Amino acid sequence: MIPARFDYAAPDTIDEAIELLQRHGEDAKVLTGGHSLVPMMKLRLARPGMVIDLRKIGGLRDIRRANGTLEIGAAATHAQVMDSQDVRDACELLCETAGEIGDVQVRNAGTIGGSVVHADPAADWPAALLACGATMVLRGPGGERAVAAEDFFLGLMESAARPDEILTTIRVPASNGGGAYRKLAQSASGFALAGVAASVILDGGAIASARVGITGVSDRAYRPQAVETALAGCAPDEQAVADACQNATEGVEALADVHASARYRENLARVLTRRAVLAAAERARGSPA
Amino acid sequence: MAKKLIGAPVRRKEDRRMVRGLATYVDDIDLPGLHHVAILRSPFAHARIQGIDASEALAHPGVVDVVTGQDTEHIGSVPRATVIPEELHSPKTPVLAEGKARFVGEPVAVVVAETRAAARDALEGIDVDWEPLPVASDPEAALEDGAPIIHGSLDSNLAFTWKLEGGDVTWKEVSDRAERVIEQRIENRRLAPIAIEPRGVVARFDAGTEETTLWTSTQVPHFVRTFVAIQLGIPETKLRVIAPDVGGGFGSKLNIYREEGLCCFLARRTGKPVKWIENRIENVQATTHGRGQVGGIRIAVSGEGKILGIHCDIVHDLGAYHQLLTPAMPAITALMLSGAYAIPHVTVEVKGAFTNRMSTDAYRGAGRPEATFLVERAADLVALELDMDPVDVRRRNFPTEFPYQTATGLTYDSGDYVKALDKALEVGDYSGLRQMQKRARSDGRCVGIGISTYVEICGLGPSPAMPSGGFGWDSATVRVHPTGSVSVLTGISPHGQGQETSFAQIGAERLGLDLDQVAVFHGDTSAQPYGVGTFGSRGLAVGGTALWLALDKLIAKATRLAAALLEAEPDQVRFEEGTFHGPDGSVSWGDVAFAAHTAIKLPPGEEPGLQATAFFEPGNFTFPFGTHLCVVEVDAEIGTIEIQKYLAVDDCGKVVNPLLVDGQVHGGIAQGLGQALQEQVVYDDEGQLLTGTLMDYAVPKANQLPRFETVRTETPSPVNPMGVKGVGEAGTIGSTPALVNAVVDALAPLGVRHIDMPLTPERVWEAIQEAKGGPR
Repeated sequence: MIPARFDYAAPDTIDEAIELLQRHGEDAKVLTGGHSLVPMMKLRLARPGMVIDLRKIGGLRDIRRANGTLEIGAAATHAQVMDSQDVRDACELLCETAGEIGDVQVRNAGTIGGSVVHADPAADWPAALLACGATMVLRGPGGERAVAAEDFFLGLMESAARPDEILTTIRVPASNGGGAYRKLAQSASGFALAGVAASVILDGGAIASARVGITGVSDRAYRPQAVETALAGCAPDEQAVADACQNATEGVEALADVHASARYRENLARVLTRRAVLAAAERARGSPA
Repeated sequence: MAKKLIGAPVRRKEDRRMVRGLATYVDDIDLPGLHHVAILRSPFAHARIQGIDASEALAHPGVVDVVTGQDTEHIGSVPRATVIPEELHSPKTPVLAEGKARFVGEPVAVVVAETRAAARDALEGIDVDWEPLPVASDPEAALEDGAPIIHGSLDSNLAFTWKLEGGDVTWKEVSDRAERVIEQRIENRRLAPIAIEPRGVVARFDAGTEETTLWTSTQVPHFVRTFVAIQLGIPETKLRVIAPDVGGGFGSKLNIYREEGLCCFLARRTGKPVKWIENRIENVQATTHGRGQVGGIRIAVSGEGKILGIHCDIVHDLGAYHQLLTPAMPAITALMLSGAYAIPHVTVEVKGAFTNRMSTDAYRGAGRPEATFLVERAADLVALELDMDPVDVRRRNFPTEFPYQTATGLTYDSGDYVKALDKALEVGDYSGLRQMQKRARSDGRCVGIGISTYVEICGLGPSPAMPSGGFGWDSATVRVHPTGSVSVLTGISPHGQGQETSFAQIGAERLGLDLDQVAVFHGDTSAQPYGVGTFGSRGLAVGGTALWLALDKLIAKATRLAAALLEAEPDQVRFEEGTFHGPDGSVSWGDVAFAAHTAIKLPPGEEPGLQATAFFEPGNFTFPFGTHLCVVEVDAEIGTIEIQKYLAVDDCGKVVNPLLVDGQVHGGIAQGLGQALQEQVVYDDEGQLLTGTLMDYAVPKANQLPRFETVRTETPSPVNPMGVKGVGEAGTIGSTPALVNAVVDALAPLGVRHIDMPLTPERVWEAIQEAKGGPR
């Protein structure tokens, strides 16, 4: 498995990397963990003429908390997120999601930013980032801009990041509720046949609000509006939540491929949404408000 | 005290190099001036080649040669060696597609270049003018009238029809007499063997001696030598084949492949040593697949659950061409359709269908997992229909006396099926499990218990009975060096089985030596006696027996030499723990070994040196058996399966090394559960491979598997002096029905009667929806 010929650069700063992106345009690809890009290059499905490796850029894999907001460097590995106490304190859902990604080797090398920008419709991160209200910070020639998760995932392998922009940071507001991720993995790849992240805030025993992110089911991760609306004010019990989750795929065209039919994915979305919401509510009950 | 080595859990000698990364695989072979081969493969399942323009590839920097099917037409077919079935259509399997390509991945052209990267890049400079043709992808559809014909020399895609009918009574008699005739269509989907080490070939031609040396990742180096020599029209004396360390085969390397003859041809043509290393995409496309059967089974059964007869129609997906043993696979299925039961009548009719897909051939179990799955599902269907415990159905149908002759014409050498079953029920606490299941069901949970009582055929085998056409024997030479250390040269070709250890155990124990004084060598046709190879769980039962017999001869001679040294008669000399004791003294093994070489005091008429060779031709196959027990819980909402318990009771006869046996059983169950749960090679109607990478083809991983509990019973085989049977494939054979029976048992209260493998969550969920009466 040998990729086509390419040039390689490992700039020291973000600005140099952006300059390289500008110079090479569509012919350039950014490399962090390489777990999506490199296999595609080996299969020659991707043939970038220039690969820009971000590994030398300082601070890009840092995780820190600032004023109640969690900031995760885009080059942080899945394992880093999984093991970070800061992440655990601010948004445990992200730790749980990280632990569901691939296997140990993938988690040790693959990065959150690489996965997010790749926008694989079955990746785990998009579901969790939607559920926890994350914001993607992009740097380009004109400076920085922030894009909310629901505006970031645009379609199959398509994100809001422009060709000359680099995702630097993922900002996550600290959660004051409970979160959970429920997933059925495709048995070969470990990607989600369906994955549902839920973030639930309780108020006086009822669900005050819930944010839900669903991946694997459609060409992009999405928030099921009908479910979130139905959950607001709903009792966190099995039947009520099940009823609220019936419309988990409303307005969505479910994917069908060699691994699962659309009908089955729709069923998974319903069932896993219910399970994720109930688990999140359970954790919300136990967490200090 | 003598060291008791046979039966001891000795750690693998191989691991010293393997776990430190010091093993030598084909890709580790480096030669001065080595060039690299890349292969252009067909992107179409069926397409005519109108022309090939390779000029751009030839002009690519570093490229020394480009070869197409026109350059290789004179090379003979890739060898195919089967005698069953008779009247077989066997079109040529060319080394490069000639005129048209018949499956996705068929080699079309090759580039030889100075580097691997240059060879790969140059492939993009080969322009093939393709004319796509209609495709016959599905085997059953391929046999229908009007299906696209794959081989123009034939008037259909039917390669053969083979009928086996046996027993003292006819199908009509038993089906008339039966209380019920139960029917079920049962699939064994195509699987990809996925050895960790893909295939690879290095070929060197020595212009001075006109000798070709071929390093290849194979289970059968001697076969490769013989058949590639025939294919290329060169004397066997001019071809040396070496199987270095081989990283797994599972039957996929029990073959002679296009790339072997091709690379020999290229080495000679270019004058450069050449290397081709298969990548994983090629491995899934163009290394043989396994299974690929659809069976319609009918079981005639009495009201008491006695199976009176089995009638089975099988369509076997051969792929586009025959590889070495392709048509023999369904023949093995047919022969094993009596399973572990005394069934008065068996009829099997097999149709072999050419399809626009890669060839199927041996894959761990090779025909037996298919048979076992059919029969063991049948036993559970009988239980379900008659409302009996599946254990009772099995007990009622076991043969009671051994040797037992089946309706299919095999003679089971020895067995105690009740003992293995009882052991499983006892160790697994079957009655406790059934009570637990009852409680779980009353809580609305879907818990199931599955049993499979398999028998399989090993120690392949008596030469006259081999479906491949002879070659059932194997060989060993034991060579004693003047210092007394011993080389065992074996004709088998281990590739993960650990026979460098188990054969050393046998040699060391019988000669009273330390394990380190016995070294086992294999896999080089210039260095070892001709042998057949490692497949069909035959290494120990056939190759090990050859070693045993060679040791008999060796010890007899050493005893005569010792007698001369002790000035005694041979029958006065006792050989014990490495020492020869005479009436008036003793000599050590080392003394005798040295004396054999100094040859100063040889008995009259005795040859100097100390070496013995034996060839062993088995009188029968061996028939290991056992009971596997599996407990599952199904999540009915989404169809996922949790394996709560997996217990394997295997009887492989006498055990030489329990660690190796456990390793084989564990790996076998893992592969069997892979088939049962998630593995399948999927081609679409256009013959495109939809599961072409390991992101789509679901090889089972450690975190997807439960803990395995392994237990043994030990019923020696009368077929060989050690009483061994073989265990390489038992796990794959016993496990698929155990798992599927458990899942169907879990869902039986919902009305589920059968689910075809793989039991993906969606299939299980669909089966539940169907049983509930359509979609919700």
